[in-house]
Amino acid sequence: TGSLQNFLNHQKPNPRPQPQSRNLFFPSHPLYFQRTATLSLTPFPLLFSSSTLTLSTYFPLTPSLRSPSPQRVSRDPRRGPMTESPSSEPEPPSPKPRAAAGNGMRLVVPLQGVVQGRGGLILGSLIPCALFYFLQLYLKRHRSPKPPASSSNPPSPSSSSPNLGDLARTSSRSNLLGRGSIVPVRLSSRGMAIAKPNDSPYYVGLDKVAGDPFHRVDNPEGIIQLGLSENTLCFDLIERWMKENLMDSLMGGDGAELSINGMATYQPFDGLMELKVAMADFMSRVMGKGVSFDPSQMVLMAGATPAIEILTFCLADHGNAFLIPTPYYPGFDRDIKFRTGVELIPVHCRSTDNFMLTVTALDQAYNQARKRGLKVRGILFSNPSNPVGNILSRETLYELLDFAQEKNIHIISDEIFAGSLYGTAEEFVSVAEIIEGEEFDKSRVHIIYGLSKDLSLPGFRVGVVYSYNENVLAAAKRLTRFSSISAPTQRLLISMLSDAKFIEEYIETNRKRIRRMYDLFVGGLDQLGIRCAKSSGGLYCWADMSILIALYSEKGELELWDKLLNVGKVNVTPGSACHCIEPGWFRCCFTALAEEDVPLVMERIGKVAEMCKSGH
Amino acid sequence: MATNERHGENSPYFDGWKAYDAYPFHPTDRPDGVIQMGLAENQLCVDLIRDWIEKNPQASICTPEGLHMFKDVALFQDYHGLPRFRQAVAKFMERGRGNKVRFDPERIVMGGGATGANELITFCLADEGDAFLVPSPYYPAFDRDLGWRTKVQIIPVHCNSSTNFQITRPALETAYDQATRTGSTVKGLVIANPSNPLGTCLDRTTLESLVAFATEKRIHLVADEIYAATVFHPTTSTQFVSVAEVVRDNAADPARCDPDLIHIVYSLSKDMGLPGLRAGVVYSYNDAVVRCGRRMSSFGLVSSQTQHLLAAMLSDEDFVGRFLLESSRRLGERHGRFVTGLDRVGIRCLESCAGLFVWMDLRHLLKEASYEGELALWRVIVNEVKLNVSPGVSFHCVEPGWFRVCFANMDEGTMEVALQRIRAFIQGKAAAENNVVVVMKPPGKKRWQKDLRLSFKTVRRSEEGHVSSPHSPMPRSPLLWARN
Repeated sequence: TGSLQNFLNHQKPNPRPQPQSRNLFFPSHPLYFQRTATLSLTPFPLLFSSSTLTLSTYFPLTPSLRSPSPQRVSRDPRRGPMTESPSSEPEPPSPKPRAAAGNGMRLVVPLQGVVQGRGGLILGSLIPCALFYFLQLYLKRHRSPKPPASSSNPPSPSSSSPNLGDLARTSSRSNLLGRGSIVPVRLSSRGMAIAKPNDSPYYVGLDKVAGDPFHRVDNPEGIIQLGLSENTLCFDLIERWMKENLMDSLMGGDGAELSINGMATYQPFDGLMELKVAMADFMSRVMGKGVSFDPSQMVLMAGATPAIEILTFCLADHGNAFLIPTPYYPGFDRDIKFRTGVELIPVHCRSTDNFMLTVTALDQAYNQARKRGLKVRGILFSNPSNPVGNILSRETLYELLDFAQEKNIHIISDEIFAGSLYGTAEEFVSVAEIIEGEEFDKSRVHIIYGLSKDLSLPGFRVGVVYSYNENVLAAAKRLTRFSSISAPTQRLLISMLSDAKFIEEYIETNRKRIRRMYDLFVGGLDQLGIRCAKSSGGLYCWADMSILIALYSEKGELELWDKLLNVGKVNVTPGSACHCIEPGWFRCCFTALAEEDVPLVMERIGKVAEMCKSGH
Repeated sequence: MATNERHGENSPYFDGWKAYDAYPFHPTDRPDGVIQMGLAENQLCVDLIRDWIEKNPQASICTPEGLHMFKDVALFQDYHGLPRFRQAVAKFMERGRGNKVRFDPERIVMGGGATGANELITFCLADEGDAFLVPSPYYPAFDRDLGWRTKVQIIPVHCNSSTNFQITRPALETAYDQATRTGSTVKGLVIANPSNPLGTCLDRTTLESLVAFATEKRIHLVADEIYAATVFHPTTSTQFVSVAEVVRDNAADPARCDPDLIHIVYSLSKDMGLPGLRAGVVYSYNDAVVRCGRRMSSFGLVSSQTQHLLAAMLSDEDFVGRFLLESSRRLGERHGRFVTGLDRVGIRCLESCAGLFVWMDLRHLLKEASYEGELALWRVIVNEVKLNVSPGVSFHCVEPGWFRVCFANMDEGTMEVALQRIRAFIQGKAAAENNVVVVMKPPGKKRWQKDLRLSFKTVRRSEEGHVSSPHSPMPRSPLLWARN
């Protein structure tokens, strides 16, 4: 693929096409004439035009190459395109590469059919294509330097063609362009893709709440946030700990000289070793009995968001894909796809299986992706699942590992909610526990963790990549230079996480309180006739409101979401934002609510439910 | 990504670090250890910061005074950054630039340190395969920060000592034309002002011409101004001029300056000496870049606790004023001592007015004027003199024989030890090469050393008579390099 990469790089679209490049149709080089000579042998000009289109998919930004008909080119090479309209128009923005490729595919197929039918046509059609391509390449490489900005400048001496007149005009045009600054400023295309407004209801809802947040006293009519999975149930414990372990200042308690030097100056980008040790211990406690984590297999960074991105950078190249069971956390689309260019292939799970991942569905999605020509690099899943809250069973995990081994792909287990469990029926099993005893190839297993959920400190931005693969660890360590955790925060967390008694108590109390809120909230929904999927962990429930939607479709679901947000004043996350295949499901986060607000939430949802049932 | 070599840690810049890590200097425990002079860290004013934190315990939110803020701060995860943090940084940026320009807090985008900020702006401006022009010598980690994940290529614009390493318009044009000719799409120009590793500031005329160049070619100009407040000799000729001033003065003339093309990278790592706090930002005059950058902020956000602390610190105008003055005074003093010390043994440095380092000229000590010669000398300096300095080649400098030496990451005593070692090294070398006993003369009488330097040159010439022309001691023409 290296050569292919080179090839594509040479043809990188020029975002500010220079007028000279349009001259490629009227070149001075002998090859050009050779090409036209070959052309005249072609019995079917139509055939040629379709093959030109195929080629031009490599030039997505120069539609002018497509517009002039081949006949015109072959008959009168002296007539410059600059004089006519189509090619001298300002260029339209680049079509999406994928669209271009699709275009190419469609055009190649009929051409192939013809060529296979008559061998002689190969010469007549493919050779001109190839020559044309090399000609472009040649001219692009040997293009004369742009003349200095002075219109009195003589035409470039390097040009020995009969089209000198054209060249001179071309350069004067470019001067005009430069002087008037009418060329718009361009960002990168990936930048533009990111900058365009985000229409996912997940983000729309969050923004809406930010503008009008509910407050019991100050803004009782505001929107209640059920869309953000944060946990404030145990803040009193953390505050109490802070009070009891008052650090005189940032400099730490053990004499003032524990010092700002261990804090203000450069620290290892991948996290302080003390914090890794404390974190490994915390993870072992959270993940339950028998799992131990090795601090040396740990890389720390500023949040789970960069953790997942860095891991993706390490495991997949631009254009590769991960399989991901749906419904999934809406932020993944941003965190994973934005900058890495890695694709997410949904593996659809259904309510009949309680949204459990099955290897059959996985296999199907894998094969479909392969058919599309995608290279699948791994499976990414969250366990406990976000947004459903269910837990992968031991057996499923074994199957997943076998599947990954068989297909030779990676496993990324996002266990960021591992400590936020409230179920008693199911037992959470970390993938780390599974691979400990068995003869799996550990180097393909990676775990994502963070403190935003289980210790409810999202502002502190602590994320973990835990991997059994040395290369991934080495690369991830280096990549943390772009997103490392601020040192004072690390120091604070080291003391907090090292207090075993406090951590024990915290985990225990936290689970109890989540359980209590879950019972309250799900019970409330139940009274409204809204059932939730069976779940055991997370800071949310996955509610089935399909009985309330008028149209059993994504449109119907979004209408209900809109009503809940604007009439009911509660922000929930619709299933479509999580790529759920069945309409009518909503994620409701309940751990940022105060207990006394639950009746209000139920009242508001009930009001909307009444409206829907009465057909308004 | 996991397997490629673009992380750049194989460069000599990092080898020296490894030597330091293996056996670091300690005044009592390891007096013969390697002294770290490869780290541009500002530790001269740590005491001021510590005093402030002690006087303002509420800022850290982990004290009885600050505890009531804890919940709000710990839960804050908005990637816009705390509003008061952005306001405070905008104010600080104004202050550090002599209050001559205004900065809008709404244009500040959070990045994970200047490193993260540099990468973020690159992601915003350029696609895979596009190119940025960067005047060389430049900060070695740019290769990584600007190009590793973004897959953007860096095209050096070579500057040499004949112009005091100042970037010139013709050099820029040449590099741009050549890049375009070879099929690269140049998306921008990245300048470090004040420059790392040179410690020089761009004068207003040059800066204006760079802005005009970017505007004319419709490419972006990213100004890395993380050393803005380290200027220690603010005379009229060496004053730091922020690109923000150029934007302010020329915004009316779209042919000379298009603000949409101008972006500033800033951080508190150097000016405040707080790299561990990872507070870096992008300031862009382009709305689309601000929007796009915001969305990427979540990949490298500074912890809210740190934002809160810094917001409080930077809002204390008295403190900031005192800090900036004192920091500049201490840096100037340290720089003066160090340069004088080097001067006594005949070592010159490029005249500089900012930064935490000097650009040391050891061309006269090279056995051969080539990168091999430079690295040979560098190995001697690291392994025998036991100083980790950074060779010019790691900064993509075209002239062999220049070294970056940092002086602000150590205490006075350590710097004296370093100077002592250099002195001993030069004397030993002179003694060996001239086969005479050299007696150090007291400082102040420099004529004698100049003679010594001359004699070096004669020795070297006679040695190099046998060496073929590629290793000519004459500095190479930048044009020659440009073709390679």
